[in-house]
Amino acid sequence: MRGDGPSRFGFWKGVMGAALAVFAAVAVLRYTRGLGAVTNLSDQYPWGLWIGFDVLCGVGLAAGGFAITATVHLFHLRRFEPIVRPAVLTAFLGYLLVIVGLMFDLGRPDRIWHALVMWNPRSVMFEVAWCVMLYTMVLALEFSPVVFERFNIRAPLRILRGVTVPLVIVGVLLSTLHQSSLGSLYLIVPHKLHPLWYTPMLPVLFFVSAIAAGLAMVNVESRLSARAFGRHLELDLLADLGRVLLVVLGAYGILRFQDLARRGAFAHLALGRIEGQMFVLEIVVGLLAPMAILAVSRLRRSGGGLYLASLLVVFGFIMHRLNVSLTGLEAAAGVRYFPSWMEVAVSFGIVAAGFGLFALAVKYLPVFSAPLGPTPDRPAGARRPLSILRPRVT
Amino acid sequence: MVKAMLVDYTRCIGCYQCVLACKAKNALQPMEPAEEPSVRSFTGVKKRKGVFVSRLCMHCQDPTCASVCPVGAFRKTAAGPVVYDKEKCIGCRYCILACPFDVPNYEWGVAAPKVTKCNLCADLVAAGKVPACVEACPTGARMFGDREALLAEARARIRSNGKTYVDHVYGADEAGGTSVLLLSSVPFGTLGFREDLGGKPLPQLTWAALSQIPNVVTMGGALLFGVWWITNRRTIVAAEREKEEAGRRAAGAPPPDEDE
Repeated sequence: MRGDGPSRFGFWKGVMGAALAVFAAVAVLRYTRGLGAVTNLSDQYPWGLWIGFDVLCGVGLAAGGFAITATVHLFHLRRFEPIVRPAVLTAFLGYLLVIVGLMFDLGRPDRIWHALVMWNPRSVMFEVAWCVMLYTMVLALEFSPVVFERFNIRAPLRILRGVTVPLVIVGVLLSTLHQSSLGSLYLIVPHKLHPLWYTPMLPVLFFVSAIAAGLAMVNVESRLSARAFGRHLELDLLADLGRVLLVVLGAYGILRFQDLARRGAFAHLALGRIEGQMFVLEIVVGLLAPMAILAVSRLRRSGGGLYLASLLVVFGFIMHRLNVSLTGLEAAAGVRYFPSWMEVAVSFGIVAAGFGLFALAVKYLPVFSAPLGPTPDRPAGARRPLSILRPRVT
Repeated sequence: MVKAMLVDYTRCIGCYQCVLACKAKNALQPMEPAEEPSVRSFTGVKKRKGVFVSRLCMHCQDPTCASVCPVGAFRKTAAGPVVYDKEKCIGCRYCILACPFDVPNYEWGVAAPKVTKCNLCADLVAAGKVPACVEACPTGARMFGDREALLAEARARIRSNGKTYVDHVYGADEAGGTSVLLLSSVPFGTLGFREDLGGKPLPQLTWAALSQIPNVVTMGGALLFGVWWITNRRTIVAAEREKEEAGRRAAGAPPPDEDE
């Protein structure tokens, strides 16, 4: 395994083990003593870190799945095919972990299935629940060829290859719906959400930012995978994604600024207050800075520049969602919320588990290999060498 | 015929009989006065700015809680009360976030929690009786009856006692109108009530987004299929050209290089 030797990997394993141990202890407390024993939530502030970060950010960060599958299978840009599998894996794991987060946050997680049979189509949350459930199934199906190849089960592979395009279309539609609906959740609180973030455009902003975050995550993942597993993508592929990312960020910036100006929201930008400071952090560090980096083609074509820009985009994305769900609601709630260490431990444990599962999947499944086609010269389950990760002509 | 409750703050003497009657009816402990609604009391009376302000669920005409609950645990009954079905509730707490009057409380301290709020004694109302708090009120500060009749009564009181009352019946239009109507001698804003709720029910805000879904699915689906179809043709054409090339080469030319 590439890296700085066993001691470095042992450290991360240790961190992960500790995180999971604390996570398990907190889980026991949470289920036996209730949410109040473990969180800093209250009637004035019913949603905290687990919704703001685990659900809102987790769903968004896994958006790379729908962005890349659409790019390859609908836009037929086959040179991005090598990243489809890692992106789908990340998305699938991301959504599984969102569900774990929900199992912690819901007051009655044993009733999570209720939305299947008790319907309220007027509720945005009902729509989110259904879209997330269906999309997780789509992701499972999109990832299943990797598992079937590993165990050399051929029949399902043929069927799945046949339904790839409809599956991707359904996946993009479901993603569009629930990425935007996470924003729509907050349409119902115009009197509680701070004017710097409340807008009827929330669904559109959440959707566009999800695309940006998804593209940035593909980049970040590629870099992390390079360090950990020695697998990475060609730089000019990533630079191409960087250009698309710049365009998406530009569109988001225009939408956001136009909306703020039209509603006179800048009048509420008080830099002495936490809302103003968080807004500046979100926009300057999370939007303007990465745009500036990506706009310089020398930086965009460098691995380091792209990586930094992508990290900043992910930061900005997380900041926006935390600002909408946490910062923006504090003033109206009349309480200052900060997650308890146990809330942080659970979220950290979930993220750690995500990294761990990703590493396991890459180790035992052909995640970084090309899909096996019906070629007689290549035996089943064989891994193509690293060369597959260079662009190939279809 | 929708029923409502009229609470006239100028008539409230802060005796807390309403609170105790509510607790007795709903088997809540401890049996003592409460200033705010909580999991232990579905109504509360607190002195603010010299006025005894009692608060409870407003039983909106188009309740936000009923519209946001993913499993439909809240329901506006025909008679007026908005009731909660604890068997359906999954504990997502969206109702607590969304309620413009900050009504629902949550049992944070138990392993199997539920939401709590006043249900306007829906069972008593259905049997033609009045809520327990109204029954217990000695001064008639709380009254129960037909919503239109109570609205007329409230407006009549304002008209004939111009100096006593603020010229506003809180709940007549707020968030689309509520089944709990309030009269006060002090502006409602200073008593802690939101005055910017507007006359439209809040569920309309999310319905504006949700109603777009069929369009997104049909147009989006058609668009994505179109993109695939157009770009697919290019791929097919390119593949056919390659096959021709390969055929020509095989017919008498050196074998092609490994594609890379």
